[in-house]
Amino acid sequence: MQKEQERKKEFRTTVDGILVNPVYTPDDLVGFEKDTSLPGEYPFTRHIRPDGYRRRLWTMRQYAGFATVEETNKRYKYLFDQGNTGFSVAFHLPTQIGYDSDHPLAAGEVGRVGVAIDSLKDMEELWEGISLANVSTSMTINATAPIILAMYIAAAEKQGAKQSQLSGTIQNDILKEYVARNTYIFGPEPSMRLTTDLCDYCAHNVPRWNSISICGYHMREAGATAIQEGAFTLANGIAYVQAMIKKGLSVDSFAPRFTFMMACNMNLFEEAAKFRAMRRLWAKIMRERFAAKEKRSFMFRFHVQNDGFTSTAQQPKNNIARTTIAALACIMGGCQSLCTTSYDEALALPSEESVRIALRTQQIIAYESGVGDVVDPLGGSYYVECLTNELERGMKEYIEAIDEMGGALKAIESGYIQKELVRSSYDYQKAVDSGEQVVVGVNRFRVEEKLDADLLEIDERIERKQKERLKKLRKERDNKKVKRTLNKVHQMAESDENIMPVLIEAVKTYATVGEIADALRSVFGEYHETSII
Amino acid sequence: MGCAMKDKMKSKRRIRVLIAKPGLDGHDRGAKVVARGLMNAGMEVVYLGLRNTPDQIAEASVQEDVDVLALSCLSGAHMALLPRTVRLTKKRIGKSVLFIAGGIIPAKDVSKVKELGIAKIFGPGTTIDEIREFIEYHA
Repeated sequence: MQKEQERKKEFRTTVDGILVNPVYTPDDLVGFEKDTSLPGEYPFTRHIRPDGYRRRLWTMRQYAGFATVEETNKRYKYLFDQGNTGFSVAFHLPTQIGYDSDHPLAAGEVGRVGVAIDSLKDMEELWEGISLANVSTSMTINATAPIILAMYIAAAEKQGAKQSQLSGTIQNDILKEYVARNTYIFGPEPSMRLTTDLCDYCAHNVPRWNSISICGYHMREAGATAIQEGAFTLANGIAYVQAMIKKGLSVDSFAPRFTFMMACNMNLFEEAAKFRAMRRLWAKIMRERFAAKEKRSFMFRFHVQNDGFTSTAQQPKNNIARTTIAALACIMGGCQSLCTTSYDEALALPSEESVRIALRTQQIIAYESGVGDVVDPLGGSYYVECLTNELERGMKEYIEAIDEMGGALKAIESGYIQKELVRSSYDYQKAVDSGEQVVVGVNRFRVEEKLDADLLEIDERIERKQKERLKKLRKERDNKKVKRTLNKVHQMAESDENIMPVLIEAVKTYATVGEIADALRSVFGEYHETSII
Repeated sequence: MGCAMKDKMKSKRRIRVLIAKPGLDGHDRGAKVVARGLMNAGMEVVYLGLRNTPDQIAEASVQEDVDVLALSCLSGAHMALLPRTVRLTKKRIGKSVLFIAGGIIPAKDVSKVKELGIAKIFGPGTTIDEIREFIEYHA
């Protein structure tokens, strides 16, 4: 008798992902190390805390920023009123790449993908009416992270807050910028110096600040599989820990303030297992490789944004369902903080309505579903435990390969990681094009539709407005003082001393992001990538 | 196959495509996937990489003697960058070039961009084959 055929030739978690069986039993766990740890116990597979979300829910932290500081400040207050529990700043590209809004390369980009911040003046007004001593803020900024953190500190001090009161996270993860995302300015070596200067400064002066958020998100968006995302993130993490140790710091002085930012794709069980596997693997790396002693140094603490790439421009409201599934994976996977993608993000920055629905999705899970009431609810599932083991094994294999190349920096310089991502992203595209990978509303179940209703639009006059602000600032500030401090930035960049104190001094004179970045460029030069396709 | 046909095939050079990202946008997954797809389809593809000014792209189009210029923009800066790139390229290249674009271009801007000489905008959800066919038909 002919066997009835299965729906697919093979079942994988994702294109290029793990091959999965029809059913899982205890036999599938044979051959793997037994892990009977409880939540809050080394290696923290099940959760970093013994009580999960029972005392405190995860932080609901919607990523926001557009146009000028006035519009963004208004959005922050709106989000706060709607129950957002942490702020997360999106900066426009010129700020991220160290250009002022009036630079020729900023033409057309002002206020588009984030808020325009040129100087401390903008930073002060961004937080108008928000007490920085009492909130938690995340800032997605990398090449210019030390300048922007200096501005945040200066703005907080002007409000009367002490550095020791500040709580939040700065992305400050330059390595992944060379692989994906691409907002680098300087080459890897001076960039690593800036990154570690910032971490060092925070360890001593801003103790509640997470000084780096090592990202898998953008590599996943650029095409990585779950294993690649996890492996390349942890490999970058290893490189940062090594760089800090090389600077003369003891691992337990900075590692407790290392955090991560991950993506969450559509395969619910693989994604939840990915977070479990990363927690376990990072704890082992920190204990076995780096001989960390502090419990907090072992902990893989992470923020997640569900993959923007999985959002479709077609039938955009379907993305609400996608975000719900991914958010469940994040919460069952034990994230510390979550940004749910708004349904219209394949088309534009979120509107007030779409971001509210995204936030409501988290709130419905938190207050109605009961999913957060039991720690690691998937623990003990043969399938999820097996996926956790297989993901960990896959990540370890990649990390070993990267170790052999001489570490993440070398693997990036040789183009190895970029090539891996290009291959996976191309495989995915072929699978979607052939229909083997179904994307609902895109290659199946399509409808005729009118696109682009009710999208957030950035007023074209924003650019002119921001340029005028900048012109006024340059006229009103003490330009002699600015010049002196910029010279000092140049000198400190040439020295081996920590760059942060002079940057704080510089931003207080209202020197702009572009001017300070130029002072650094004059010492460090600029990086140009070799494109790999 | 007759001799004339053979000669025609021999003389017909491969379609030359320049793919570029104008402005500061770093989203290059789409541009790279399309570059690879068109190469696999037998076209000659030059990927110019990130952070190009309209001027640099026009210059590269001339240098590479392209038949097709494909521009990718997801940062929202398309209205400041695409028209200028097309204008400068047209002015300098002295031949007919097929302009196409991809990325996040809102519907309200599509007609404006088309008026400036961009033949087609390929948005999210486009297959590589759709782009290949369009180029083969129009280039």
